[in-house]
Amino acid sequence: MNTMTLDTAGHAAPAQPQTVERETVDTQTVVKETVGQPLCDNAKLSMRNVNVFYGEAQAIHDVSLDIGRNEVVAMIGPSGCGKSTFLRCLNRMNDTIEGCRVDGDLTLDGEAIYGPKVDVVPLRARVGMVFQKPNPFPKTIYENVAYGPKIHGIASRRAELDEIVEDSLRRAGLWNEVKDRLDKPGTGLSGGQQQRLCIARAIAVSPEVILMDEPCSALDPIATARIEELIDELREKYTIAIVTHSMQQAARVSQRTAYFHLGHLVEVNDTETVFTNPQHALTEAYITGRFG
Amino acid sequence: MDMHFDQHISRQFNEDLESIKTEMLEMGGMVTRQVADAVESLANADSELAEKVLNVEKEIDRREMEIDEHATLIIAKRQPAASDLRMVMSVIRIARDLERVGDEASKIAKMAIALTDEGTAPRGYTEIRHIANAVRKMLNDSLDAYTRFDVKSALATLAEDEQVDMDYRTAVRELITYMMEDPRSISRVMNVLWSLRSLERIGDHAKNICEQVVYLVEGADIRHGNEDNLRTF
Repeated sequence: MNTMTLDTAGHAAPAQPQTVERETVDTQTVVKETVGQPLCDNAKLSMRNVNVFYGEAQAIHDVSLDIGRNEVVAMIGPSGCGKSTFLRCLNRMNDTIEGCRVDGDLTLDGEAIYGPKVDVVPLRARVGMVFQKPNPFPKTIYENVAYGPKIHGIASRRAELDEIVEDSLRRAGLWNEVKDRLDKPGTGLSGGQQQRLCIARAIAVSPEVILMDEPCSALDPIATARIEELIDELREKYTIAIVTHSMQQAARVSQRTAYFHLGHLVEVNDTETVFTNPQHALTEAYITGRFG
Repeated sequence: MDMHFDQHISRQFNEDLESIKTEMLEMGGMVTRQVADAVESLANADSELAEKVLNVEKEIDRREMEIDEHATLIIAKRQPAASDLRMVMSVIRIARDLERVGDEASKIAKMAIALTDEGTAPRGYTEIRHIANAVRKMLNDSLDAYTRFDVKSALATLAEDEQVDMDYRTAVRELITYMMEDPRSISRVMNVLWSLRSLERIGDHAKNICEQVVYLVEGADIRHGNEDNLRTF
C-alpha cells in the first residue's frame, strides 16, 4: 500500500525506512585532545600530563584529570585502554612493577605523590585500594580490619581498636552479618561479604581517597547492589575513583565519567552527559556497544 | 554527530532498533493516510470513507501498544545508552503523538458523518483544505526529517506550526462572524470548526515529532519553547 501519496499541493516524498551508508567509527583513531571537563575546582587528586611506560611501551599518553573532593569518578574503556594503569599511579601501586615509569605531575592535596621524600606506606593509607578479587588476609575477620590501624599506629589500646573495627565494618555494611563471628577466618565469608570486608579494611585506616579496580566484577547482582549502595554512602566522607567494565555501574555510582581509549583520555564529562549525549564519537561507540 | 544504528557488536540489537524505527514509520504512514482520508471525507461529504477512517483507528491503537512493548523489551534486555537510548525514547514519544493524530483524524471523520446527515456546511471548506494541506505537509516532512536524521529540515518544519496556528485563529474568527449573521447554520458550521481545531492539533503533534528529531540527533530537549538547549548550528 502506498501510504503517502499527497494531494494537489504536491508535497514531499513519503517517509520510508531507509538505510543510510555510514562510515564505521575507526577504533584505531588516536585521540590527543580530551573533550569535556577533565579538571575541576575542588580537586583532591590532581594529575597533569601523565605518561606511563612499561619498558619501551607507552601505556598512558599525556593524561590530565582532576578528581574532586567527595566525588566518585568512574573510569571506563575497553580492555588495555590504560584505565587500571592510570588508577594504580594514584597510590604508586605501579612502583612494584619492574620497568614501569611514571612521568607527569600527580598531586594529592597539592603534595606531589611521586615526590622524592614521599613514603609509600602512609601514602597508601591515605589512598586506599580495593581490588577486583576480594583478597582478605588469611586471618580472622577482626584481624583483617584491625591489621592496618595496628601497623600504622592509629590505635594503641584494645578498646580503641575494637571501636575502629566495629565502625569500619558498620560503614562497609557488614557489621550485622559478622558481629557474632569476628574470630572466624575472613576467607570463610561469601564473595560479596569478603569484598565488603576488604572495603572495611581499606577504610579502617581513615583514608582520604579510595581507589576501586573493578570491585564488583566477581560478585553476584545482589552483592554488587550492596557495594554500589556503599559507594554512594562512602562518598560523603571520601573521594572515590572506580575502574569498571560495567557501563551501567559507572552510570549508577559516579558523578563524572572518564573514557580511556588506547592510553589516551578521550572524554570526561558529567556521567549524565556521557550516557545520554556523549560528545566524542568514540565514547558513543563504546558505551553503545559498537566496538569490534 | 553522525548517527550509527547498524554497527553494534550484537546483530540482534541492530535489528531490534531498526525494527522499532520501521514500525514507527509504518505507523506514521498509516496515520498520514488516515488524516488525508478524513479531510477528503469531510470535504466531499463521503460518509463511507469516514467510516473507513474510524476503522483504521483500532489498528493504529494496536500499533502504538506494540511499539511500546517492543521498546520496553529493548530497554529491559539491552539497557541502551546515548544515541540508542535517544532512539528508543523518541520512537516511544513519536508513537504516542501519532496515535493522537489518529484520534484527531477520527474526530474529523465523525464530523464528516454528522455533516453528511445534517447537510453540508455553508462555509469553512476553503479553510479546511488550506489548513489540512499545511498540516499534512508538516506531518510528512517531520517523519521524513526523522528518517534522514535531518535537524535542519525538522527545525524548518517546526517553524511552520506558527503559520498554521495563525490561519486557524483567522478561520475561527471568520466562522464566528458568519454564525452570528446566520444562526441557523451554527450546528453545521460548528462541525467544521471542530474539524479545524483537530487539524490545528495535528500540526502541534507534527511539531512534537520535529522536536524528537532534534532530540535524537543532537541530544537536546527543545520541547516547551526551550530552543536555547540546542547548540547553534
